[in-house]
Amino acid sequence: MITLDKLSKVFETPGGGTVIAADQVSMEVPEGEICVLLGPSGCGKTTTLKMINGLIPKTNGKIHVAGRDTDELNPVELRRSIGYVIQQIGLFPNMTIQDNICVVPDLLGWDKNKSRKRAAELLELVNLDPGIFLNRYPKELSGGQQQRVGVIRALAADPPVLLMDEPFGAIDPINRAVIQDEFLKMQKEIRKTIAFVSHDIDEAIKMADKIAIFRDGKLEQYSSPDDLLARPANDFIASFLGSDRTLKRLSLLSVSDVMLGDQIRVTAQDDVSRARDMMREAGHKNIVMVGPQGRARGFVHLNDIADVQGRVEEHYQALPTVVNVHDDLRTAVSRMFRHDTTWLACVDDDGFFKGFITQRAISHALGATYRDAATVAAK
Amino acid sequence: METLLFISQNLDVILERTLQHLSIVGVAIGLAILTGVPIGILITLNQRAADIVLYVAAIIITIPSIALFGLMIPVLSLIGHGVGYLPAVIAVLLYSQLPIIRNTYTAISNVDPALREAARGLGMTPIQRLRRVEIPLAVPVVMAGVRIAVVMNIGITAIAAYIGAGGLGVFISRGISQSDPRQLITGALMVSILAIASDYFLLWVQKRLTPASSSSAAPAH
Repeated sequence: MITLDKLSKVFETPGGGTVIAADQVSMEVPEGEICVLLGPSGCGKTTTLKMINGLIPKTNGKIHVAGRDTDELNPVELRRSIGYVIQQIGLFPNMTIQDNICVVPDLLGWDKNKSRKRAAELLELVNLDPGIFLNRYPKELSGGQQQRVGVIRALAADPPVLLMDEPFGAIDPINRAVIQDEFLKMQKEIRKTIAFVSHDIDEAIKMADKIAIFRDGKLEQYSSPDDLLARPANDFIASFLGSDRTLKRLSLLSVSDVMLGDQIRVTAQDDVSRARDMMREAGHKNIVMVGPQGRARGFVHLNDIADVQGRVEEHYQALPTVVNVHDDLRTAVSRMFRHDTTWLACVDDDGFFKGFITQRAISHALGATYRDAATVAAK
Repeated sequence: METLLFISQNLDVILERTLQHLSIVGVAIGLAILTGVPIGILITLNQRAADIVLYVAAIIITIPSIALFGLMIPVLSLIGHGVGYLPAVIAVLLYSQLPIIRNTYTAISNVDPALREAARGLGMTPIQRLRRVEIPLAVPVVMAGVRIAVVMNIGITAIAAYIGAGGLGVFISRGISQSDPRQLITGALMVSILAIASDYFLLWVQKRLTPASSSSAAPAH
């Protein structure tokens, strides 16, 4: 856990004036969560981050890292107990990848064999083959590979807390998305407490359990990504998040959150009258046809079978597309627009039919937050 | 032809004077590294000190060597070493300061700030940062300064023959005073060969000391 209590930083300018880079910032990053410090450049997010490990000395306030007051710790000891990742990566060009990863364990005087073994394990964790990479030098790696090493170097001594200063900012968009996904997957296992500086809203929404928005050294709002997007506290935050902020919430919800039941389905052998009855009863215009094992095979449209007889297999159409239940709503909406449809069948990883998702259900889900707020306000 | 004959008949003397020559330059450069590198590192901490030290070192290097030897005679006579080996070593030591201090200073202050921040952020003390990161990265540039100092001072040491320091300069000074081109050419030739050979040797040392990353293969992707 990281706790900041009325943390301030005042810089003296050469002209004799002062600049308040951080103004009474109080916040708490709970155990095992990622908190993204977000804001335009010069807002104090990086200053705040660097005060946590003492790279920038604080002017006022208190910092607790993993329950300990940082004032009572030697700054060098403190930094060795906190993982640190920077945008410029900063791998030491005179050391092999192995030695780079083991910098902190070596500083702590750990057993060399033990730390070298751990370096190999960590490389595997980020999908780099230890056999190939352990004895290479940083220059021989691509930018994305270097930053993966930068991240695991910060994890080498297994610190409870990690500070990341725009760690993926210098990586091309495609690799960045891959590394972000890898990192989130890794975080599910390692459960570090992470303070993460970013100026990229989409990155913040993707990575954060909580987002702290800064402006002019002040912490403007501190809440979950969905809450922030749904209820920006003021006009600055609203404009910083963008006029399409409600659309950004699509990536926070997964298909399974708004998916409707999988009981409404027919099989190829069912009579069309059964399909008609089920659709009328449920008020649907379409129904999904599943195979013998329950895989989504096609669908029938109510109008197509209004006056016909026979079995479903004689009248069904192929599904234009399906969506995985683990996908986010952004993907689902994108597929709907692409195929000009208002609903999609949802399947799991093996193609089994799990339910369906409609545009109506999506907009209802996004709107729920606002209706709750309106209800609260009305009381 | 006469010169070659002279060389072949005086191989033992040539070897002795070459060793004398190398001893002056080697001892002086060794001491210059021991003084110049720490000074070069220290002045990275203070811009004003750096300006002053580099300025003084630049003035020293402009003093003509023959004048420097002359200046040292009365001073060192006080301890009975007005001429000979000691003033020669001191002169080379002084002349070597500029290339060594300047290259050390430049190399250390040009270390990528991101590396310095990473080193600090990971919990290295300033001394550990110097030892594990900054000095290893500075070695090639410092060695380049040492090479300049060595080559330059092999030439200057030839003049130290005039204050009785020995070395290959003796061939040259005698060649001039006795109007003997054989000695003159032998001395000049040996000084040149020594300078070139030392330069290549130090280049080899420099490559050995350079982190493998700078000289090895292309990036993986």
